Amino acid sequence: MSDLLLPPELRYAEIIEARKNEDGSELSILNLGPTHPATHGIFQNILLMDGERIIDGEGTVGYIHRAFEKIAENRPFYQITPLTDRMNYCSAPINNMGWWMTVEKALGIEVPKRAQYLRVIVMELARIADHIICNSVLGVDTGALTGFLYVFQYREKIYEIYEEICGARLTTNMGRLGGFERDWSPLAFEKLNQLLEEFPPIWKDFEDLLTRNRIFMDRTIDVGPISAEKAISYGFTGPNLRAAGIDYDIRVMQPYSSYEDFEFNIPVGQSGDTYDRFCVRNAEVWESLSIIKQALAKLPEGPYHADVPDYYLPPKDEVYHNMEALIYHFKIVMGEVPVPVTEVYHAVEGGNGELGFYLTTDGSRTPYRLHFRRPCFIYYQAFNDMVKGQMLSDAIATLSSLNVIAGELDA
Amino acid sequence: MDTAIIIEKSVLIVAVFALTMLMAMYATLAERKVAAWLQDRIGPNRAGKGGILQPLADGLKLFSKEEFLPDTPNKFLFVAGPAISMSVALMTSAVIPWGDKLEIAGRTVIMQATDIDVALLYVFGVLSVGVYGIMIGAWASNNKFSLMSAMRASSQMISYEVAMGLSIIALLMMTGTLSLREIAAQQSGMNWNVFYQPVGFLIFLVCSFAETNRTPFDLAECEAELIGGYHTEYSSMRMGFYLFAEYASMFISSTILAVLYFGAYNYPGMQWAVENWGVNVANIIGFLALFAKLCFFIFFYMWVRWTIPRFRYDQLMRLGWQMLIPLAIANIFVTAICILWSDGNLF
Repeated sequence: MSDLLLPPELRYAEIIEARKNEDGSELSILNLGPTHPATHGIFQNILLMDGERIIDGEGTVGYIHRAFEKIAENRPFYQITPLTDRMNYCSAPINNMGWWMTVEKALGIEVPKRAQYLRVIVMELARIADHIICNSVLGVDTGALTGFLYVFQYREKIYEIYEEICGARLTTNMGRLGGFERDWSPLAFEKLNQLLEEFPPIWKDFEDLLTRNRIFMDRTIDVGPISAEKAISYGFTGPNLRAAGIDYDIRVMQPYSSYEDFEFNIPVGQSGDTYDRFCVRNAEVWESLSIIKQALAKLPEGPYHADVPDYYLPPKDEVYHNMEALIYHFKIVMGEVPVPVTEVYHAVEGGNGELGFYLTTDGSRTPYRLHFRRPCFIYYQAFNDMVKGQMLSDAIATLSSLNVIAGELDA
Repeated sequence: MDTAIIIEKSVLIVAVFALTMLMAMYATLAERKVAAWLQDRIGPNRAGKGGILQPLADGLKLFSKEEFLPDTPNKFLFVAGPAISMSVALMTSAVIPWGDKLEIAGRTVIMQATDIDVALLYVFGVLSVGVYGIMIGAWASNNKFSLMSAMRASSQMISYEVAMGLSIIALLMMTGTLSLREIAAQQSGMNWNVFYQPVGFLIFLVCSFAETNRTPFDLAECEAELIGGYHTEYSSMRMGFYLFAEYASMFISSTILAVLYFGAYNYPGMQWAVENWGVNVANIIGFLALFAKLCFFIFFYMWVRWTIPRFRYDQLMRLGWQMLIPLAIANIFVTAICILWSDGNLF
């Protein structure tokens, strides 16, 4: 039996014994998690420690595994969106939109320009919300709470915009097949403009607070580094890969939802350490703001959803007074919509990496098989490799800057 | 013994004790208010007007919580830990000179609970016992996170005491006395030691942060990694004691900073005030001046805490041993040369 199949406690017991016989030093096992404030969710890291230094570690997943992929096999397409909310709940709209785009790709639905632009706006808002949390919590984990509370109220403002668009805040379940459930209200645009005006100076302040802070730099530079080769071989994507110096971004490589219409930069780091990840995310927020501004400026008039009566719910008024609309409504709600036998993969640039949906259909109302490519699951596998030989505090900062979100890790 | 002296000293001791307790209590409220102010929030404002009764409410809450005792073989030490921390934090204030003197009913009353010749050594001695409270409590908690915290706290305190002591030596070379009362008296007018010992002051300031376990040196409690560190297993008023001790020692070290480097109770024009307004008024203003100075330092502690992140263990050690201690030694030499030069004994 391979050594790696043994439970870590047993494996480490041998190492501890060997070290004791060798030079008399005493190693210890430390359970970082499953309920530890710095894990931001529930997953367990069993660490073999030499005092403060980490010799080896093993991650355990599955504490909040909810079998989303299996559940999805028994649900019509529109009922799968709430499942995607609950993966990376810090940027739920990106997950929602990614899922809708996957289904649209499978069904061959063309979405009107306005809906595409609105989707871009809401996805970039979600990215900002995600990066706000990740970077400010990195501050909290290194001991600076103030920046976190300072920017957190702007996540609240972003949630208010979500609320205006779809009525929900955290788990948004936003949008419909082919567009949005309703056009955005003037209040939504008003709040958006207000955010664009008020948020940049605050974000600047936040950057100034930490980016050139000597203690913060000491705490994050060369902490949890990963080389570009290693990052690629682990399957890193998103800000964590870009921090290692690879300019890979789905929004540019395989543009979706009209991303090709906008001008933006892809910030990259050099060493792939915690500090670079922090800086890349900071820079991405500025790019997201610029994309939102461009999208707002170019926002075309027109329908906010595709004209696909087979899949898009008719207006309520029609349903009450029109036989055909009622039939459509019934069929769509029951999930009895025409579905071709097909196989698609669609990926979006999620809050922290390539969020992919691999969908296989067999012509029935539910997916035959659905796989979520969850970036957190991939990052977490590299975690133990990244913190080996570092200090306990480094492990916390690394975990925080990888932005491993338990909901997405376990799905 | 003279009854008057007993009464006088009793009153002073009670007053100093009450002041320390009150300041520690209200420092908790101040901390929350300052944090709220820096973080764009309102802070506690429900208990009493503007949250003025919040410390009492906090105390009441802590007292009414269950006293959880972890499964540990050292129940006695577990209880002793917070007690040591608390008593040590309250002992230091005995030697602080709160003012020069008052004249009450024809008697001259020194505004100091006790004036001992080695006051400064006493302060250091008592402060360094403080680490035992944390070490014993954390060790008795029977928890790996607490144990790590104990190791961090003890190595940090020991390292920074060296630098702190060395920075004080330069000051002692100037003042020539260990009595806090005389050090205070020497700084009359604006002859504050900080102008003569700026480097020593900086080292002392940094070390006081380390000695009081405040950010950026709060590695021992470090809520992100060690989940509260030495007080992870504590609940109820036992934890309250640890928190209270932290604020009490913050108050004391602010006072010591003010006494050693910022002229204690001296303020410009004190001599004039003594001549024109009388000793009592002048010294009460002096007490208020000291109070204002120490409040500034308490605010400074909070300001720093809510602004910067904390060090990592190895960085903390490097800062202590490789930067502060050599700097303190260099400071001693420079001070020595300056003293010799000003006496005309150099060369």
